[in-house]
Amino acid sequence: MKTLYLLVPLAPLAGAILAGFFSSILGRAGAHTVTSIGVAISFILSVLIFQDVQAGHVFNGAVYTWMESGGLKLEVGFLIDQLTVLMMLVVTFVSLMVHIYTIGYMAHDEENWPSGSKAGTNSYQRFFSYISLFTFSMLMLVMSNNFVQLFFGWEAVGLVSYLLIGFWSVRETAIYANLKAFLVNRVGDFGFLLGIGLVAAYAGSLDYAQVFAKRNELAALTEVVTGWPLITAICICLFIGAMGKSAQFPLHVWLPDSMEGPTPISALIHAATMVTAGIFMVSRMSPLFELSDTALSFVIVIGAITTLSMALIAIVQTDVKRVVAYSTLSQLGYMTMALGASAYSVAIFHLMTHAFFKAVLFLGAGSVIIAMHHEQDMRKMGGLRKYMPITYATMLIGAIANAGLPPFAGFFSKDSIIEAVHLAQVPGAHFAYYCALAAVFVGGLYSFRLIFFTFHGEERFRHGHDDHGHGHDAAHDAHDDHGHHGPVEPHESPKVVTLPLILLAIPAIASGWLIGTILYGNWFGNAITIAGVHKGMATMAEEFHGIFGMMAHGVTTLPFWLALSGAATAWYLYIARPDLPAVIKQKLAFPAMILEEKYGFDRFNDWFFAGGARLIGRGLWKGGDQMLIDGVMVNGSAGAVGWISGLVRLFQTGRIYQYAFWMIFGVFGLMTLWMSRV
Amino acid sequence: MNSQLLSLAIWVPILGAVPVFAAGSERRCLVRWLALAVAIAGFLVTLPLYTRFDVTQAGMQFVEQAPWITRFNVQYLLGVDGISMPFILLNSFITVMVVLAGWEVIEEKQAQYMGAFLVMSGLMNGIFSALDGVLFYVFFEASLIPMYIIIGVWGGPNRVYAAIKFFLYTLLGSLLMLVALIWLFLESGGSFNILEWHRMPIAMGPQILIFIAFLVSFAVKVPMWPVHTWLPDAHVEAPTGGSVVLAAIALKLGAYGFVRFSLPIVPDASHYLAPLMIALSLTAVVYIGFVALVQADMKKLIAYSSISHMGFVTLGFFIFNAIGVEGALVQMISHGFISAAMFLCVGVMYDRMHSRMIADYGGVVHTMPKFAGLFVFFAMANSGLPATSGFVGEFMVILGAIKANFWMGFAAATTLILGAAYTLWMIKRVVFGAVANDHVAALEDINGREFLVLGLLAACVLAMGLYPFPFTEVMHASVDNLLKHVAVVKLQ
Repeated sequence: MKTLYLLVPLAPLAGAILAGFFSSILGRAGAHTVTSIGVAISFILSVLIFQDVQAGHVFNGAVYTWMESGGLKLEVGFLIDQLTVLMMLVVTFVSLMVHIYTIGYMAHDEENWPSGSKAGTNSYQRFFSYISLFTFSMLMLVMSNNFVQLFFGWEAVGLVSYLLIGFWSVRETAIYANLKAFLVNRVGDFGFLLGIGLVAAYAGSLDYAQVFAKRNELAALTEVVTGWPLITAICICLFIGAMGKSAQFPLHVWLPDSMEGPTPISALIHAATMVTAGIFMVSRMSPLFELSDTALSFVIVIGAITTLSMALIAIVQTDVKRVVAYSTLSQLGYMTMALGASAYSVAIFHLMTHAFFKAVLFLGAGSVIIAMHHEQDMRKMGGLRKYMPITYATMLIGAIANAGLPPFAGFFSKDSIIEAVHLAQVPGAHFAYYCALAAVFVGGLYSFRLIFFTFHGEERFRHGHDDHGHGHDAAHDAHDDHGHHGPVEPHESPKVVTLPLILLAIPAIASGWLIGTILYGNWFGNAITIAGVHKGMATMAEEFHGIFGMMAHGVTTLPFWLALSGAATAWYLYIARPDLPAVIKQKLAFPAMILEEKYGFDRFNDWFFAGGARLIGRGLWKGGDQMLIDGVMVNGSAGAVGWISGLVRLFQTGRIYQYAFWMIFGVFGLMTLWMSRV
Repeated sequence: MNSQLLSLAIWVPILGAVPVFAAGSERRCLVRWLALAVAIAGFLVTLPLYTRFDVTQAGMQFVEQAPWITRFNVQYLLGVDGISMPFILLNSFITVMVVLAGWEVIEEKQAQYMGAFLVMSGLMNGIFSALDGVLFYVFFEASLIPMYIIIGVWGGPNRVYAAIKFFLYTLLGSLLMLVALIWLFLESGGSFNILEWHRMPIAMGPQILIFIAFLVSFAVKVPMWPVHTWLPDAHVEAPTGGSVVLAAIALKLGAYGFVRFSLPIVPDASHYLAPLMIALSLTAVVYIGFVALVQADMKKLIAYSSISHMGFVTLGFFIFNAIGVEGALVQMISHGFISAAMFLCVGVMYDRMHSRMIADYGGVVHTMPKFAGLFVFFAMANSGLPATSGFVGEFMVILGAIKANFWMGFAAATTLILGAAYTLWMIKRVVFGAVANDHVAALEDINGREFLVLGLLAACVLAMGLYPFPFTEVMHASVDNLLKHVAVVKLQ
């Protein structure tokens, strides 16, 4: 079985290596075939391993010893349990769909590169190599049985994300976004590494099982130097890592900009898998987080702020991908809230349903973007549903699921989160509950705004391209080379694009129906630990009476009506009275500006952190290195030597009478001294 | 174990340099191949040091002993333990890289150029294996001469200033070391044997003075903040090969001095002054990190990055736990690969564009995709990405630092952000973006020789990141022994 486990990450890695290093030999078809086969092998094996775990075979073992030092044995190894295997299924399935989709999406990628660019020659193959490399990294992350490998996967997915956001490296916005993404993630990783360091220092091991076995001893300790309760310090540090990777407020700023990358990776990396790594990690660490209510409280508040604040921004976005990006941020906030409410299984459940419906939304958005010839501004779309029926249908499914309406997948997971937050007792849970409720309304609004704005109403793309000021300038630039300036005639995307959409739309509808099995049947077993005092999940299990019971109950509760009224508002504003949004925006100019400025985070970060760091650097360089050290100390000591020798030189005039004078002067002085002594 | 392996490691390159010099610079082809043959031979003779190394043994291995200056009891005494052995291999390997890197790039006085590097390689091996104080000092000082010449002859426009600054800075430092060595000779009753000094009890007052004497000498070499300012100047003016050896090997000499001299000879002073050392190290990590951020010259940026990374080395030594010390040693080796590769990368671009300024570049990926891939890889390693060697050392030192004191770990871990910021910001401006100008548009991708050099280094960086076990394995016994030794008070 161990060989099979090993094969799961190595198959995509092999694909990535082949497609990356032998791109000219393999050609395009060869590259997408080997990578897709690699991921397909991974997926099939994941299904087999899933069945094996269902049969009760949990595995925890090492592959090789990475390093040993100071009594700390660090191994590369796998922990295959219910949590892992669920993640493996989601990752490999979505990845496979994205691989197929990419064949269509990137088919004309050479158009995105300036002529003569040698980096553009094999860009198609390289893209496949990267997404397979990503799949490998993500699998290493979720399959790890220790913190070091977790951190490896954590950083490796970050690397691939960096490479892919900046894939179209000729675009200034893209290479700004990927640097930003990497650095903001590094801020999170900074905390994450400190957390890992604390674990290593106090538990003497970085193996999950060994650390968790010592958790009660750890809970009794305080950090020696800082005096903080140890387990709270560890959990908050680890969670800062999750805030970076899972884009939680205030480290969310990189995710919207990551939309500069090609759409398939927005779906795979920045919606379905990588950004959920933080959620997965905290769930994996549930034995630790359960021991600190302070940490859980921190988690739930951060999640709540993210959920609501990001959903609000989604309302004012006009770029189709950015709406989906902010929606992703908001949904990640929901998952984080669930973690804070000790409902780890619910968070993972929402992670799964979200992976499907958000992948649909992103890939659908990509399909629209292809049809619109790389136009991403929704103000230049409208009425697309009759041209792109499959894309429309699947995106509608995704939007309904995203809004959380029954019987779609999102309903079950999101409703459970709201219920879990409602039942949570940690400080901040009330605040989180109201944020969640408000965000349900906003979620309904932006989801359906997206649909109505893009697929219904007037066919605004027929107006022609007269305002180049907005939207996606870079895409335009790259695109202008082969001119599509007149009105475009949209058409449905090819089958390689629509097939993944359909295959993902199915679980976007149906995966929620597994709620009984996954959440309430003790399906996760020992993979997730919940402390006895956190009774939310137990209460929910008692109240659960099948999916139909849940739906029947759901339509009588507030979240359902809030989501529905959000959808109705969207209908009123964008179908019934399309003139109203402009009026509202004018009346509410100030709040609208705050949202369009995204609360000013980007501006502040650029000014304070990026500008501040450069200022400090320049100050230390000019003031410290050049003035103080070189100027005063180095050249100063050289100068002092010169000054003293200059002084001494005054006496070395070479004039005999001066020497004689000083001699007599000296003799006179000495004699005076001698005589006065007597 | 009686063998002449260490003597071979020292004298093969030095004696091999003689025919290289003799061949004369007119016969460039012959000179190159001869130099390469000597460098490879020099590397091959060091391989048995690893394969025959006994990892269970803490003490010196491959010991060679012969009287040298009997009047002062000076001996030709060589030996390596798990701490010094890896550096001999690293040095001999880097020498091969340097010879390859200077292949067709150096047009003037190629015989002297290659010869100087070969001589220096032998001298460096001498430093890492000398167990006699005078022998060490001779090698230590002698290694300055070829480096001084390399910067002064093949360097940039401001090379004379840089060479003299380099020479004076390091020479002034080592004079104090000589005083300390003579004091130890007298105090030990007439012995220059370093291992005997390790065992010799010394009172606290002299311990502190000796520590400071060594500190001044080694801190300049590392270089530690605030005696680091010679390094950026030296790097900027040095030819690529000079920068490579300077960063990969010469900087390690100071750090090696700390573990071979300061810690074991004056352990109590080391403990007493550890807070100072830690403060200087952390200043190097953070302060220099910020300074690196604003550099406009790539070589300066990488030079500052080196100083910051070497801060991890001194930090690791002075937190006195196994993972910290081993992490520091791993960091030294890893930095040898990565900084060498980074300087080679800049060299590759400099050879084509004759500029090191970031502002002159942009969009290199479009004309040199193979090179760009390798450059980005090394940049990631420089930012400490896991699965590269850059991660291993930093990770271990940070773990060790957190174990010692949370706030120390906190300050050290800022490198995660700063290191990525200055390295990747440079990458963004140099490698990515649209093609900046006609010069960039005319760039040719790396040739087979350049690809070989960078590829070999990339393989080392990756191998060490994926499987650092063999590296730490050879260190365990010696490091444990060192820490046990350092923990015992040896006051008089």
